[in-house]
Amino acid sequence: MKAFDYAAPASLPEAVGLLASQPSARLLAGGTDLLVQLRSGRKEADVVIDVKKIPELNEIAFSPAGGLTIGAAVPCYRLTADASIQSHYPALVEVASWIGGTQIQGRASLGGNLCNSAPSADSIPLLIALGASALIAGPAGSRSVPVEDFCTAPGRNQLAPGELLVSIQIPPPAPFSGAAYLRFIPRNEMDIAVVGAGAAVTLSNGVIAGARIALSSVAPTPLYVPAAGESLVNQMPTAEALETAAKIAQEAASPISDMRGSAAYRRHLCAVMVRRALELAVARALEIN
Amino acid sequence: MSTTYNVIGTRPIRHDGADKVTGRALYGADLQLARMIHGAVLRSPHAHARILRIDTSKAEALPGVFAVVTAADFPPAPADKIVDFGEGDTLLSSLRGNILASGKVLYSGHAVAAVAAVNAHVAAEAAALIEVDYEPLPCVLTAPEAMAPGAPILHENLPNGNVAELIRYEMGDLAAGFAEATVIVERELDTATVHQGYIEPQNATAFWSSDGRIHIWCSTQGSFVARDASAAVLDVPVSQVKVTPMEIGGGFGGKINVYLEPVAAMLSKKAGRPVKLVMSRRDVFTGTGPTPGSRVRVKIGVNDAGKITAAQAWLAYEAGAYPGAMVGPGAMTVFACYDIENVLIEGFDVVVNKPSTSAYRAPGAPNSALATETVLDEIAEKLGIDPLELRLRNAAKEGTRRADGPRYKRIGCIEVLEAMKASPQYNAPLPGPNCGRGVAIGFWFNAGLPSSATLSVNADGTVNLIEGSTDIGGSRTSLSMQAAEVLGLRAEDIHPTIVDTDSVGYTGVTGGSRTTFATGLAVHDAAQMVVEQMKARAARLWAVDEVSFSNGTFSANGQSLTFAQLAAQLGATGGPVSCSATVNPKGVGGSIAGLIIDVKVDPETGKTDVLRVTSVQDAGKAIHPAYVEGQMQGGTAQGIGWALNEEYFMDADGDMRNGSYLDYRMPTALDLPMIETIIVEVPNPGHPFGVRGVGEANIVPPLAAVANALYRATGKRLNRVPMNPATILGL
Repeated sequence: MKAFDYAAPASLPEAVGLLASQPSARLLAGGTDLLVQLRSGRKEADVVIDVKKIPELNEIAFSPAGGLTIGAAVPCYRLTADASIQSHYPALVEVASWIGGTQIQGRASLGGNLCNSAPSADSIPLLIALGASALIAGPAGSRSVPVEDFCTAPGRNQLAPGELLVSIQIPPPAPFSGAAYLRFIPRNEMDIAVVGAGAAVTLSNGVIAGARIALSSVAPTPLYVPAAGESLVNQMPTAEALETAAKIAQEAASPISDMRGSAAYRRHLCAVMVRRALELAVARALEIN
Repeated sequence: MSTTYNVIGTRPIRHDGADKVTGRALYGADLQLARMIHGAVLRSPHAHARILRIDTSKAEALPGVFAVVTAADFPPAPADKIVDFGEGDTLLSSLRGNILASGKVLYSGHAVAAVAAVNAHVAAEAAALIEVDYEPLPCVLTAPEAMAPGAPILHENLPNGNVAELIRYEMGDLAAGFAEATVIVERELDTATVHQGYIEPQNATAFWSSDGRIHIWCSTQGSFVARDASAAVLDVPVSQVKVTPMEIGGGFGGKINVYLEPVAAMLSKKAGRPVKLVMSRRDVFTGTGPTPGSRVRVKIGVNDAGKITAAQAWLAYEAGAYPGAMVGPGAMTVFACYDIENVLIEGFDVVVNKPSTSAYRAPGAPNSALATETVLDEIAEKLGIDPLELRLRNAAKEGTRRADGPRYKRIGCIEVLEAMKASPQYNAPLPGPNCGRGVAIGFWFNAGLPSSATLSVNADGTVNLIEGSTDIGGSRTSLSMQAAEVLGLRAEDIHPTIVDTDSVGYTGVTGGSRTTFATGLAVHDAAQMVVEQMKARAARLWAVDEVSFSNGTFSANGQSLTFAQLAAQLGATGGPVSCSATVNPKGVGGSIAGLIIDVKVDPETGKTDVLRVTSVQDAGKAIHPAYVEGQMQGGTAQGIGWALNEEYFMDADGDMRNGSYLDYRMPTALDLPMIETIIVEVPNPGHPFGVRGVGEANIVPPLAAVANALYRATGKRLNRVPMNPATILGL
């Protein structure tokens, strides 16, 4: 790893100003991806800007009307310990507890998971299912991007030079709604998803009023499959309906073969994991409300 | 032989425990020396290529660089010189070629050059500036492919293409044996290349001083072997090299060979400063010795009574880049648990373009036991008899002759099988559908080899133990306990220290499950000498001819002194007492281990959950039962990882794609239940306390036990390890 300059701005305007003068700077939140990439030589940096000292990036805010705002640098351990997230977004607590081990969760953030833009990112399918958006600040002001549009290729995303992620915003949970993210790994912990599936459903009088489904590790980016969720609208949450949605998601996947699993195995798992995530989301929609 | 002990069989706290848990223990990477500089190794990106040119000029010109070395800096190796590693010999030319490639690179990760610089970052930058022109050659990655006609040839000087050695053991009349059989099963099973997976990467710091003396600090299973191998590669007398063994973070056989030591020494010679080299995890995977991938075919015939009438095995093991695939032990152990009259075993040591393999816990035996023990499982099912009962009807016992020659002395095969049958797990029902229970057993020889120890009596009644055996599994304590038992002291009264190669008699590697047995014997003998000398002092004190000693007290004619009381008077009775012993024991006792494993398979994902495991092993006599249990649990955990998920995932060009612990999927603590243990004690007549080595036999049964359990859970007999979720589903 070669030497680099380090800056830690204390405000958003200061960070935006620094980034304007150093557009190739690497942004550091928890560093659980960046430092590993720098050490292994996969990335290089001349300047690293630490965003952990910016107040907006450390905020967790929830209101029943406005939903949840998670600052881009909020570490996972704060999400799992937050009472409002525990009661309104239980699936988010699960995901935050699956990213790395306990020590990693002390530093790793959902914002970092999103900006690292790995096809296998555990938090992104759930954020997509929950209808989350990414609030971005830059020289031209702020803008908001739906999470499903944020990643553009492995390790690449919508952030233009000079821009940084401020927060992730998640709409308030609708009545009779539930969400889940499930991943398949051959071990029980500390692994990268062979396939991950995020699902959110909203019921109305026992009928599915809305559903969103997304996958990880089966395409160049985390994959939102609108048609899978739409197939469930106005359906009873029967095994057959969930299976149909799972097959639609499976059809949308374009997995590769690598050391974590063959394309055929991944395609097989898509249907299994989506169906199981939907079953759990439906169960939560019924039990919470 | 006394069968009641004061210290042996108890569980004292380990002597190095406080240092280890507080972080005070010093490992190789912790070492700091005045004026020390840091090195980096450049490795081949090609699995097989001719080196056309190496240009180090840009690296040498980088500010902060002190030295660059390539193979050209090392003395040439005579074609036929052998280096003795204790657990196995190696041609010096192979060792030398593996340390820095010359002429050709033979695997992706093969070291090509090394740099020493002011810090590790400059060293890495300089290594990247070394220009190497390669002419890539076709590579061959598996034994069957390497044995096929037309395969790329690694070494022009091997007489049989890529086959470095052929092994053949024959006994009885094979055809007649199979003719007597009523059931014959033949299966072929493959295993993938796997790594020992020790936590601490290899490291070496060396200082070649201007008077020609070389001091090496490293993580090694055997300081004397590291000394001798380094001296051979550097072509200097062994007395010119001193090795100080640092604490070791696991080895499992993988830290017997040397990789960095001679390179650090040569860099130091050129730089005039101490040089430290530490491997990255990827270097460890691609640049050190894993255990061979293999193909093993086993055919066994039994008669209606369930007696094996004939057994045949064909084994091809991947040596990696240089000969030495441990196919010998694989062949010797393939039917070692059984009393069989008619046997034919053929083994092939095959070089391929993968890292040069090294020992790994009972090296070679798990690969071959996988085939034998799954074939026996199938036979038991066909005969409709309990799989343990089938094994009991054929179990090896005292007097049984192995196909490779030896006849067993007392051995605990029947006792282990009976303990498995009586175990709580074997008699408990399985919890539900998609579950299966598998059993298997395995054998390991264990090793003798020389060991030395010195005991010196302190005036306060304690005893210092000076020894040269790397402490991997608690041997400071298991050795101290044997001294304490003889001296009538407590384990805590013995103060063990592991010293450098200039400070103790020759001691072989901590390997072959030999340390508690062989170094234990040296300690036992030295302690007996201390007792005799102390008796003489008491005799002088009391002016008597005969002094007796028991339970830590010397007595004669109604007078008595405790060990501590007499120790306080040594100055007045002729001076200090210190005794040394060096042994080269022949009475090694082999160990049998068995495993029972219950699994549950998710039929939709193919994921295996390990529900319950019982490991059973003959320890001869468990000196420190907690450490015996730790060895059994460790070997079992490694074997289950090997069976289910671990493998070198290579691309077609021979590049390892999963060279990190993220993607090389060893089990974590969350993947295994608490492993239950049953220690069987069939004393080894070749050791005063009956000790058999316990470090290795326990990794032999898990591959087959898992395969058998998966068959019961899924109805499928898989023919390749790892039996990971995708292969269980056939995807």
